[in-house]
Amino acid sequence: MEEIFDKAEKPKWSQSREVLHRLSKRITAMIGLVIVLIFLISAIFAPFLALHDPLEHSLGHMLAKPSWDYPLGRDELGRCILSRVIYGARISLLIGTMVISIGVLLGAPLGIISAYYGGKVDFIIQRFVDTMLAFPGILLALTLIAMLGVGLANVMIAVGISTIPIYARLARSSVLAIKSRQFVEASRSIGASNFKIILRHLLPNSLSPIIVQSTLHMATAILWAAGLGFLGLGINPPTPEWGAMLNGGRLYIRVAYHVATFPGLMIFITVLGFNLLGDGLRDALDPRLKT
Amino acid sequence: MTGQYIIRRLLIMLPVLLGVSLIIFIMVRIIPGDPSMVMAGPHATKDQVEQIRTQLGLDRHPVSQYFIFIGNLFRGDLGTSTRTSLPVTKEIMARLPNTLLLALASILIATVLGVLTGIIAGVKQNSKFDYLSMLVALFGLSMPVFWLGLMLMLLFSIHLGWLPAVGAESFKHLILPAITLGANSMAIIARMTRSSMLEVIRLDYIRTARAKGLKEKLVISRHALKNALIPVVTVIGLQTGTLLGGAVLTEIVFAWPGVGRLLVEAILARDYPVVQGVVLLVATMFIFVNLVVDILYAYLDPRIRYQ
Repeated sequence: MEEIFDKAEKPKWSQSREVLHRLSKRITAMIGLVIVLIFLISAIFAPFLALHDPLEHSLGHMLAKPSWDYPLGRDELGRCILSRVIYGARISLLIGTMVISIGVLLGAPLGIISAYYGGKVDFIIQRFVDTMLAFPGILLALTLIAMLGVGLANVMIAVGISTIPIYARLARSSVLAIKSRQFVEASRSIGASNFKIILRHLLPNSLSPIIVQSTLHMATAILWAAGLGFLGLGINPPTPEWGAMLNGGRLYIRVAYHVATFPGLMIFITVLGFNLLGDGLRDALDPRLKT
Repeated sequence: MTGQYIIRRLLIMLPVLLGVSLIIFIMVRIIPGDPSMVMAGPHATKDQVEQIRTQLGLDRHPVSQYFIFIGNLFRGDLGTSTRTSLPVTKEIMARLPNTLLLALASILIATVLGVLTGIIAGVKQNSKFDYLSMLVALFGLSMPVFWLGLMLMLLFSIHLGWLPAVGAESFKHLILPAITLGANSMAIIARMTRSSMLEVIRLDYIRTARAKGLKEKLVISRHALKNALIPVVTVIGLQTGTLLGGAVLTEIVFAWPGVGRLLVEAILARDYPVVQGVVLLVATMFIFVNLVVDILYAYLDPRIRYQ
């Protein structure tokens, strides 16, 4: 009896194992995974990892060069850059998570409804999505910030809202693919309500591409939020945020390169990590795309 | 057939344009608090606030406000900057050529280098060049524009002294900002060209071309390239959007006097008419570029028109 169960369970397990196996064989993906893990560890354990208080300033040591005690040097207010960079991972993780939550929670239902009902509903929602996509890149987020005012919460809301159309499109296309499958038809034929079909069948089945995509979008979310921080539209000082730190160091680039260099390097490495992992994940999940 | 396609595309564009204007219109008017009070600033007198309210037409019904807004738009009237008291159109027009120059230079660099790299990487799949260029492309994709700009400035302006760091006085001033802004798009175009090339190279008609004894160079340039570049055109079109967005950051880094910098200045000063004007202009430009790309796409790939 147990053997039969084993056999029945096997395909599902071997599929995810296969994906993991393929993922582990790609060096670049593994490098990405390591970077992402380091990022997560710094964010979670920042108080234990930081050498100094990220807010403690010392005007006597403004722009001090890297040293043993302050490995990445000190910033324009004499604060420890390494400690601020480590704490900055927290803000980036928070922003990334919130942005994606907003995008998925608002975008996915929009896409599912659009695909499920079709017709006029689909047309109206799709024109709305088109309109939002007509704001290139970071522009919609910038406009929203202009209206909402600067600050961390507003950055998360602004970037989150500007990712809605991406998730709406994604959910729509995955629902379109499964909408006419037999299990959906079967559910409808036994009298399930639209709401129930959406909740029980369409939502769970369209979720996996969205989850994969959202890991990839962490990179974009972090990049955009740092951009807004750099423009001085993000979190209020003195909270350490990578974009804002870079902006602070920009003015001193001629005399103290390290103040702007290291926070930027952190953004770059973190985004690279998510991109490497994302690329690997996509190839591992769908070997056909691997070219 | 092509004419009909263009007309259809134009018709689809209209609601998007209206939608964009409506979104911007609503956004400016749902500013928390009273927009006219926010715009007038904390030290404004009651009369000044009232004046701005009338100026913006905020004392009218929202629907009629929107129609006035659209009517003004068609007459090229985007209102007056609350910061400089100049017409918004004038403010934008003074800066627009700089942004267009920067964007064009960037897209040119990105396209030429991106497509070339992509072709070579695709043709020589799994070669050292392939690995190295795709690694560099991935770097380009992950690099924050503003950081890359600063690092280039650090190297080429401050250490080597070859190029000016900030300003827009000469051709030399254009080089660093254009590379900075184009880097990201270059990476995306290179990756896209490569994968598109790899797909096309495996098709039967390429095998036929090779089988009939055609030289590899001709197979690539005459046969493969034509089809491989079709999807690249779309990516280039989409990249203009990324460029227009990235221009904001690049212009700040290099103190480039374009509309991106104008936008940030306006946001920080809560100069809503300018914000509204710049966003409307950039979004419209993006929509038009994509229209052109769609038409070009249909021209390059006749199958599109019949769908």
